[in-house]
Amino acid sequence: MNIDLSHFTPYASFAGGILIGIAAAILILFNGRIAGVSGILGQALNGGIVRDNLWRIAFVMGIIAAPALWQIWVGEIEINIETNALWLIIAGLFVGVGTSYGSGCTSGHGICGLSRFSMRSVIATLSFMLTGMVTVYMMRHVLGA
Amino acid sequence: MKKPLLHILFAFSSGIIFGLGLILAGMSNPAKVLAFLDIAGLWDPSLMFVMGGAIGVGIVAFAFAKKRTTAILGGVMHLPTKQDIDQRIILGGILFGIGWGIAGICPGPGLVLLGAGSKQGIIFVLAMLIGITVYSVISIAKKP
Repeated sequence: MNIDLSHFTPYASFAGGILIGIAAAILILFNGRIAGVSGILGQALNGGIVRDNLWRIAFVMGIIAAPALWQIWVGEIEINIETNALWLIIAGLFVGVGTSYGSGCTSGHGICGLSRFSMRSVIATLSFMLTGMVTVYMMRHVLGA
Repeated sequence: MKKPLLHILFAFSSGIIFGLGLILAGMSNPAKVLAFLDIAGLWDPSLMFVMGGAIGVGIVAFAFAKKRTTAILGGVMHLPTKQDIDQRIILGGILFGIGWGIAGICPGPGLVLLGAGSKQGIIFVLAMLIGITVYSVISIAKKP
C-alpha cells in the first residue's frame, strides 16, 4: 500500500472531524435530532415549508452558507472535480436513491450511528465504504475512466 | 414544538459548523475523498482522521443524549430505535457506495459544493435531489 504523504492532512482532517462532531452534538443535545444530512434533506424536500420542518431547512441552509463564511474568514476552498457531467448525474442519482433506501449516509450512519454504537449503522457504513472502494477500483484501475 | 425560533437558530448554527468542519477536513474536495477510497492507488488516509475526530466527540455527545428524555430546547429526543439489519440497509449502502465511489461526493459535501458555486457540485446535487424525489414517489405509490 502506497500512502500519499504529499496530500495527507491528519491534523486539519482531525480538527475538521471534531467540528463535525460538535455540530452533531449541538443538533442531538439541543434539538434532539440526528445530524444525518441525507435524511434531513429528504424530509426537508418532502415536508415543505411547515413549522416542524423549518429546523431542517435551517440546517441545510447552514451547510450551504458555510463555504461563503469560509471564504470570508479563511480563504480559498480547494475543490478538484475531474468527473464529467454524465458521471456526476449518475453518481447523484445513485447517492439520492441509495441514501433514501438505506436511510442514511456518511453523517447519519458513519458518524452519528457509529457514535451511538448502532450495529445497523456499522453494517450500513461497511456497506458503503467497501462499495465505494470497489467502485473507485473499477473506475480507475479496471475501466480506466 | 416549543421555542421554534431557537430550534431553527441552533439547527442553522449546527449546519454552519458542520459545513466548516467538512471544508477544514478536506471532505469538500472530491479528489481527496476519491484518494481515500482508492486503496490500490496513492492512498490518502486523512478521512480516517475525520471519522476519528467526529466519532470521538459524537460518542460523548450521544452518551449524554441517551440519558436525556427531552432535548435541551424542549421536545422529545429523536434517537433512532430501529435495530433490524435488513436488505434495505445493505442494498441502500451499496447503491450509495457506487455513487460515492464514482464522484467522491456524499450529501453533506454536495451541499458545500453547491454553496461554493461549483458547477459540478450543482449538477451532482440536482441529480441527488431527483434521486431522493424519485425514490419517495415510488415508495409512496407502493404503499397500500
